[in-house]
Amino acid sequence: MENMHALSQILLFPILGALIIALTPKEKTDSIKQIALGSMVYPFIITLIVYLKYDTNAGGMQFSEYIPWVTDLGVAYSLGVDGLSLPMLMLTEIIGITSVFSSWYQDKRTKEFFVLLLVLIAGVTGTFVACDLFIFLLCYELVVIPIYIMVLIWGSTKRVPKEYAGIKLTIFLLMGSAFMLVGIVAIYLTAYPEGMRTFDLEKLVLSSRLGYLSSDFQIFAFFLLLMGFGSLLSMFPFHSWSPDGYAGAPTAVSMIHAGVLKKIGGYALIRLGLMVLPLGAKFWAPLIAVLAMMNVLYAAYIALVQKDLKYIIGYSSVSHMGYVLLGFAALNPVSLSGAVGNMVAHGIMASLFFSQIGYVYERTHLRSVPELRGLSHQMPNVSLGFMLAGFASVGLPGLIEFVPEYTIFVGSFGVYPVVSVLAISGVVFTALYILRMLAKAIFGPKSVKFDKYHDAKGFETAPLVFLGFFLVILGLFPELFMGVIRSGIAPMTPLLEKIADAPTIVDAVIRYIGIGGGLW
Amino acid sequence: MFDFALQSAWLIPLLPAIAFAVIGLGTRQNKHLSAKIAIAAISVSFVLAWSVLGAVLTNNITVEAPFIAKTVWTTIGKIELAMGMLIDPLTVVMLTVVTTVALLVEIYSLGYMAHDPGMGRFYAYVSLFVASMLGLVLAVSFFQMYVFWELVGLCSYLLIGFYYYKVSAREAAKKAFITTRIGDFGLLLGIIMLQIYVGTTDFAELQLQLPHYIDVSGTGLLTVIAFLLFIGPIGKSGQFPLHVWLPNAMEGPTPVSALIHAATMVVAGVYLIARAFFLFNQIPIVLEFIAWLGAFTAIFAASIAITQRPMKRILAYSTISQLGYMMLALGVGSVTASMFHLMTHAFFKALLFLGAGAVIEAMHEEADIFKMGGLKERMPVTCKAMTVGVLAIAGIPPLAGFFSKDEILAAALEHNFFLFLLGSITAFMTSFYMARLLFVAFYGELKDDCPAEETNDFMRYPLVILAGLSVVSGIWGHFFGFGEWVRFGAPVHEGINFFVASSSVILAAAAIWLAYAIYVEKRWSAHGLAAKWGIFYNLSYNKYYVDEFYALVRYYGCFMVARILYWIDLNIVDGAINMLAKLTGKAGGTLNKVHCGSVQLYVICFYGGAIIVMGYALIYAYKVLTMAGGAF
Repeated sequence: MENMHALSQILLFPILGALIIALTPKEKTDSIKQIALGSMVYPFIITLIVYLKYDTNAGGMQFSEYIPWVTDLGVAYSLGVDGLSLPMLMLTEIIGITSVFSSWYQDKRTKEFFVLLLVLIAGVTGTFVACDLFIFLLCYELVVIPIYIMVLIWGSTKRVPKEYAGIKLTIFLLMGSAFMLVGIVAIYLTAYPEGMRTFDLEKLVLSSRLGYLSSDFQIFAFFLLLMGFGSLLSMFPFHSWSPDGYAGAPTAVSMIHAGVLKKIGGYALIRLGLMVLPLGAKFWAPLIAVLAMMNVLYAAYIALVQKDLKYIIGYSSVSHMGYVLLGFAALNPVSLSGAVGNMVAHGIMASLFFSQIGYVYERTHLRSVPELRGLSHQMPNVSLGFMLAGFASVGLPGLIEFVPEYTIFVGSFGVYPVVSVLAISGVVFTALYILRMLAKAIFGPKSVKFDKYHDAKGFETAPLVFLGFFLVILGLFPELFMGVIRSGIAPMTPLLEKIADAPTIVDAVIRYIGIGGGLW
Repeated sequence: MFDFALQSAWLIPLLPAIAFAVIGLGTRQNKHLSAKIAIAAISVSFVLAWSVLGAVLTNNITVEAPFIAKTVWTTIGKIELAMGMLIDPLTVVMLTVVTTVALLVEIYSLGYMAHDPGMGRFYAYVSLFVASMLGLVLAVSFFQMYVFWELVGLCSYLLIGFYYYKVSAREAAKKAFITTRIGDFGLLLGIIMLQIYVGTTDFAELQLQLPHYIDVSGTGLLTVIAFLLFIGPIGKSGQFPLHVWLPNAMEGPTPVSALIHAATMVVAGVYLIARAFFLFNQIPIVLEFIAWLGAFTAIFAASIAITQRPMKRILAYSTISQLGYMMLALGVGSVTASMFHLMTHAFFKALLFLGAGAVIEAMHEEADIFKMGGLKERMPVTCKAMTVGVLAIAGIPPLAGFFSKDEILAAALEHNFFLFLLGSITAFMTSFYMARLLFVAFYGELKDDCPAEETNDFMRYPLVILAGLSVVSGIWGHFFGFGEWVRFGAPVHEGINFFVASSSVILAAAAIWLAYAIYVEKRWSAHGLAAKWGIFYNLSYNKYYVDEFYALVRYYGCFMVARILYWIDLNIVDGAINMLAKLTGKAGGTLNKVHCGSVQLYVICFYGGAIIVMGYALIYAYKVLTMAGGAF
């Protein structure tokens, strides 16, 4: 084969690593860590090669693999990447490898930890490379179990007990999967008559284009997907799992969850929601836009009065997802590429935040901002990590978040001017809570009580160096990822133009209230 | 050489940026090497910038025929966002001013920061700042300007908070960033609207397309855009009501105050409007607003400066006031006067700040001018330099401030007598408070325990050079045709307006005499006057309580609302889901009487039930909606 099964290697290598670790005696913690790292480094390099070899001019699905599996049901082991999934795959690998770095000093039940971590990463990877909805669902379910166990065993109890946090996180993941399961099965059953049914994404898109899916059905099915993926993306008012969950979870889980897992929501909304159910997406878009604005402002406000670092970043992540949703809701090529770019950007900066918080917490067992004062005196490197991630959050040019955010604003302003103005005002509130956190936790007079802790050195700075590198490089040269994303969004342009005048929920409400339209 | 400089003008910002990267990643710990790298970079930039000046003069580059070179940085949709350089006389003024002041300030800092362990970090930040500022100056589009506008804001934040271990510095840095961010929000909106409704943010393209756009769409939307764009300068250039951050910004090291918060960054707003004057010029109402806001800011800040005691704070309010002057000049339509004053102000205000830094360091961090006195005996060179600076800002001929201020007042007089009056009163106040500063700190009696001594060479020579520039830059500008060169529209070269010139000189002299009478001769008691005009004194001394007002807004508008929202989030948004879970759980519990003992399973039942109920409700709502709505 031309492509050497690159995607299969990326997908299955962590699972192989997990198997090997499972066979390793649990006392050999060093070997376990090395195996874990090795089984992340290899797929990372392959992903990098795939990323560089991907032909953006040709676009479309590349590196495809197809093996029929359950032919009666139309299930196939079908993988592939395009401009939409490739950046997400790259993000998964970047964060996956960093989460191993961040867990290097994990000494409690090391073996089980790394097995679960690798399974988790494989699951997330699978959702992004799958071209078959069945594989997608399978990988998604694969994610849920490790998360729950990891929070229970390695989590921490602060405002809420870790058991509550774990169950909340899991429930929302399951809720997402319940809704999307119903939605996907409905699509599966409706798209083609018996005998021709398939889970193949491309064929489902085709069915939609041929008009096999009625407008009413699309509206209904998209609503189910929105409930599922929206809550996964912490859409208001289904966001409350996010801060609690991150607070309870161990560092690596917070990193993966905030960094990539919740992005599955945004990714699937575009890949499945928009491409298969365009009329449904258009129908609900105004509602999503309003909720997105709520996400941005409401969560930014709440982040302002949080004390726990993880809660601040938890709410911050809810707030940033508002921009992604806004970009989605505007439904044009510009805003959509901004939304995808923002998912990548937020993934990197959120995981940098969580890795630095994890370092501080591991040493001091403190996460409360008022108790952490003047950390930069003892931990300048960690503080640099906080500052980099913080400034990226604020959307400063030269760092990764700026261009995607600007793209979203340009894309959404023409569609929803009022909502956009309100959402853009989020740039002020973001600065407020981020700078407040930096000022209190990082700067200020020296606290003697932290003198006994040392700064991140050598290998401990790996997450900072690694994520910081991408934060800056992708910020200085945004074409490196925005170019790929654009090539993934470009094929949707005809579709988006076609649905531009389709009815929305606003039309429906107007019709419902003002019968005959006299009042309006 | 000149052509080479013009073609490689992009090196001017890039060299300091490289210096930043090298110091930040490598030599941060080595103080002297870091300083050398930074100064080497800025020196080359300095030479290049002056060569670009030569190129512009010899290659006949004018405001109508600028030199433009750009490259695509990123693309959004079909919009290509370019970075590049636009070089015309306006740019060159800024390039030379920024590199000159930056070079002098970096040399001065060799002395000033010598004993600071963070000297490497200092030079890294300053280099980044200079790079960003020069990038802003060269901007070809609003977008590029915004990019670097944000970066200079970041540098300002980092440098105000340079002494991060001081709570006051840390809070001042935060305040500066947030306050200017509010302005940036407006600017960003304006830029986005330009991008969407006019189709480009590129200056040259905008200039071409704007007449057509106005023909087709009118100026309604453009008025909104122009107002929004102006909010950015209100924040960055410290105009009322977003001026509050600038006095606090004095928490940073004094060279930073001189470079960023007096000479360069704060004038970015003025530069932005001057650069986009072809746009603002189309909207007279916005120009009128700029003029009045500028005049108001000028007199407002001057009236505060009169009663302040810390030396740097007086200078800070003076900066706000002078920035108001520049805005006034723009508002009445004179880009020339505004840019001219920008240039002279950069020199004499940098001089005053660096002098103040020398004094405060010599006084062992004592900033209150009333704790000083008689310093002219101890610090003769600094005293002479400061005297030149004070006379320059007061507008005594033939020093720089006289010529530039005169042009502004003349332009204001042509436009509206009342604006001229406001400007003249401000000029009187300016002379008074600057003379007050000089007389109280340098003349009078030497205090017994005064530790002050003349500063070291590194700090002294920049003072002398800046003093020289403060003397000659006005004459140069006036007699070598600044107005024919830096302008908007037709060249204007007016002679001196003798009514304006004489009235302002008389006012300035009177103010200096008044200050002399009060603070040196003590003909009237300053305390007595303060007591007599108690209300006004208190208002001025407390800066009209604007900060207190903002504290209230911040507390009630942000933190109270945030607390309420958090309560809602915990008890209503999350509570609703928990409640639903509990209710369904109870219903299920009574039906089944299953007690498995596992809390987790129980919770799963709770939530699962809740989700089913919610899902059902929503599907029901959907059905109702579709039935009522008929066919979609």
